[in-house]
Amino acid sequence: MSAGVGGSAGQTVGGTPGRIVGGRHGKIDAIDAMVGATKYTDDLSLPRMLHAKLVRSPYAHARIVRIDTSRAEALEGVHAVITGADMPERYGVIPWTPDEQALAADKARFVGDAVAAVAAVSEEVAAAACQLVHVQWEVLPALTTPAAALASPLRIHEANKHGNVTKHVHLDFGDVDAGLRDAALVVEGHYGFHGSTHAPLEPHCAIGWQDAAGLLTVWSSTQVPHYLHRELAKVLGLPAHRIRVIQPAVGGAFGGKSEPFDLEFAAALLAIRTGRPVKLLYTREEVFLAHRGRHPFDMHYRTGFAADGRILAVDAKSVLDGGAYSSFGLVTTYYSGQLLASPYVFGAYRFDSTRVYTNKPACGPKRGHGSVQPRFAIEVQLDKAARALAIDPIELRRRNFIGADSRTINGFHVGSNGFLECLDKVEEASGWRARRGHLPRGRGLGVAGSTYISGTNYCIYPSDLPQSGVQLCLDRSGRVRVFAGTSDIGQGSTTMLATLVADELGVALDDVRVLAADTDLTPVDLGAYSSRITLMAGNAALVAARDLSGKVKAAVAEKWQCAARDIVLCDRRAQRLDDPAVHVSIQQAFQWAEAKFGTLGSVGSYDTPRQDVHGDYRGGTIGASPAYSFTAHVVEVEVDEETGDVRVLHCWCAHDCGKALSPVLVEGQIEGSVYMGLAEALLEHHEAMPSGLRDDGRRRDPGPGRDGLLMASSLLDYRMPTALDVGEFHALIVEHPDPRGPHGAKEAGEGPLHSAIPALCNAIFDAVGVRIDELPVTPAKILAGLRAQRAAAANAHRPMPATPTGSQ
Amino acid sequence: MPGAPHHGNRDGAPLDATRARRIAIVRFHLNGEPTAVAVPVHWTLLELVRYTVGLTGTKQGCDKGDCGTCTVRLDGDPVLSCLTLAVEAEGRAVETVEGLGVGGEAHPLQDAFARLGAAQCGFCTPGMLMSASAWLDVLALADDPTFDRATIARVLGGNLCRCTGYTKIIDAVEAVARELLARREESDAPVGADAPDSQRAVAP
Ligand code: FES
Ligand code: FES
Repeated sequence: MSAGVGGSAGQTVGGTPGRIVGGRHGKIDAIDAMVGATKYTDDLSLPRMLHAKLVRSPYAHARIVRIDTSRAEALEGVHAVITGADMPERYGVIPWTPDEQALAADKARFVGDAVAAVAAVSEEVAAAACQLVHVQWEVLPALTTPAAALASPLRIHEANKHGNVTKHVHLDFGDVDAGLRDAALVVEGHYGFHGSTHAPLEPHCAIGWQDAAGLLTVWSSTQVPHYLHRELAKVLGLPAHRIRVIQPAVGGAFGGKSEPFDLEFAAALLAIRTGRPVKLLYTREEVFLAHRGRHPFDMHYRTGFAADGRILAVDAKSVLDGGAYSSFGLVTTYYSGQLLASPYVFGAYRFDSTRVYTNKPACGPKRGHGSVQPRFAIEVQLDKAARALAIDPIELRRRNFIGADSRTINGFHVGSNGFLECLDKVEEASGWRARRGHLPRGRGLGVAGSTYISGTNYCIYPSDLPQSGVQLCLDRSGRVRVFAGTSDIGQGSTTMLATLVADELGVALDDVRVLAADTDLTPVDLGAYSSRITLMAGNAALVAARDLSGKVKAAVAEKWQCAARDIVLCDRRAQRLDDPAVHVSIQQAFQWAEAKFGTLGSVGSYDTPRQDVHGDYRGGTIGASPAYSFTAHVVEVEVDEETGDVRVLHCWCAHDCGKALSPVLVEGQIEGSVYMGLAEALLEHHEAMPSGLRDDGRRRDPGPGRDGLLMASSLLDYRMPTALDVGEFHALIVEHPDPRGPHGAKEAGEGPLHSAIPALCNAIFDAVGVRIDELPVTPAKILAGLRAQRAAAANAHRPMPATPTGSQ
Repeated sequence: MPGAPHHGNRDGAPLDATRARRIAIVRFHLNGEPTAVAVPVHWTLLELVRYTVGLTGTKQGCDKGDCGTCTVRLDGDPVLSCLTLAVEAEGRAVETVEGLGVGGEAHPLQDAFARLGAAQCGFCTPGMLMSASAWLDVLALADDPTFDRATIARVLGGNLCRCTGYTKIIDAVEAVARELLARREESDAPVGADAPDSQRAVAP
């Protein structure tokens, strides 16, 4: 092994001797990133490649009367111009809601909806040609809020059966009214969650190219090559076997690249039309328009508690602002209620969620899809209940613990459950018992807990095929090749596969090559969404690796005249279990196995359990997962009462990931999740101008103008925290292995985001007695809260307590 | 079209993209090598590095000075190459992530970033490495080489990362900086003498 960067990143320290799973190692492909050799889509270029740009709507809602592309086509350097009419087929990542077109053909539904695309010799010429595409618009009133969209007779999607409602879900479990009636305390409140976006640092990019034999290849910075493959076939009308999708390295995604976009279809069709490779790279502004980020939620929650803090009933009502298209919205609407019924026992539960179309960029799945918003509401309610009932908030959560091997009121089977240990860990690490209630005014501690899925039990289209497949080859040099459809978007799925395979086959991490996310070369994996890859592809990889390790051991055992179970593979050798001095190099062992069995390859696949994992009712499968992760956060804040500024000093996050296959990577997921949650709570806001708001503050309706224009569509205006804006994050790994996970592993990439946000708001209350029930947290809201507090105190003719902590 | 998220000319008049542009020859040192390239005069250093020379390690995250992924070193200083005209490199030394290793060996930052998990998607990494390496070079010669994590946060304040929460990036830079100072102390200190506590360069 060389002494280079890769060698050290690939070396494992700690963990069990001889084992790679559980040891501290970096990513196997880290060296490439360090020397600038990682190839993202925009780093690729092909001979004779053209560049494409999209023509986007300046209006939030407008019918396309006519598009004239002739002037653009006449511009020197332009090779092709396409419009919506060239790809009329409707699609949607969720096959039940196909409401998108590659390029909008009938009307634009948000500012930035793409209606045409140009391929030219350079980006500059393509951009100039876009300006020459003349679109005749009939401008319609922009419906920029759910309330306006619900009230208007105008339909954003004419074909939609229920006005501007894209999805409504109402589910009832147990007797909620009785529960609320019997409650010693009912906490009722309105909660608002604003929109935010993923903002990966790599802008979306796609390259299309059709070879002489007619095979269309699309390289894309996607996190779902398989779904892209399906939708390309559908929209372009090509058989799937004539399309190859390759996902190069992806520079972050977070859910923002988990469905097909206009650019992939446009690059593909322009490549077909021109016979040349075509690249389309989004500008940063276009990344904000593509969006599919966190849905804004309006929530009304009533939660009934017994005097001892037990949750007797939850009644939740939510309105989701969906934006212009369905995206994953059908699932989001279910998730908004279905994922809330754990880690606490709900005596009874009812939720009613309505997702509404509006003339804004479509919302979709951002890290913690659909369940971050309701989690905020319930965890703030638990904090209020703890105060009112004079129970420590951590203790209140313990009292409601649902337990391992349990069933939620909506029917999901929960396997391993380390939530109590998560609470213990953050309590201890934060010094909760000693410090809470004793901090000076302005400083506070808050707690919250949550759960998340490790993949969805069912594919998003009806299918009885495996969710993930992995293929392995061993070669004579002692190397292992892994072929998998998995999408590494930075989370480290490639390293995860290498870790499991190296561990099983006794080679070093550096001896494993992972070839991933190429639909021609790898078996299908459904993609990097819903935190599914570690559990699903990991299990598939283990099946394949165990097949081969069995063969290698059998071959060695035959040579040594012993039983295969007496052989272990580790540290690049095969050795006797009872006498490690008897050993042979793994390379020799592989060769013995190849001599005995022929070329060494294997496949493994994983499909989810179908028995007994969810309830038997319409929608009961949505939110079901083979295994659930658990998380607890304690946040410590400092609030400046003069400016309303809130600073997070510390965030302790304990996360039960089942088993940390690669602890360094799990910590990274925890830290990144905490960052992203606190970022959206405190600084970020993906927000469009409401309809009718003009510079002069008056309404002028309808008209060209700013309705639905994004207020922050650059990385300066959209305030992503810098290194100077973050507190100290403390990642605490909790391991309650789940029998369904590979070595017990569950998800780690999304769960640790959820409860960071309510923990922050609960800490703010602890610090200054101000409740933030409407996100984001802003200085103005803090100051308004403090003013109200002073007014109330003045009215009550009594002095304020020095600190509100423990006063109830 | 008012409000249209178009690119290029925002005044409404189509920009004459086909107009012949003036081409300039830029002579400079790129990662230590004398280099001469022809680029359109309106091109940025980022375009020169990525498209003319083909060193794609330097990233374009925004193309307008907001993200720091395009950071390169110009005469040693970190600059945003998307806001620097290519012709400004004339006669100067440009260093990109591809030139960071020395003599085939990884730069200690590259090793620490890889080992400690400071890169997830890796898209911010080249820019981070360029900003951090420039600071380390300053630190190596500084009269008062004290620093803490907040110092590093300031150094990296112009480089966004969306994946890591910065924790492991700061860990990696801190580890390398401490090593560097330990080496510096060793070579400064009289042989066999322990530096007294008051002279410790690093805050605990
Ligand atoms: S690309 Fe230069 S700062 Fe973003
Ligand atoms: S590692 Fe992805 S942006 Fe920093």
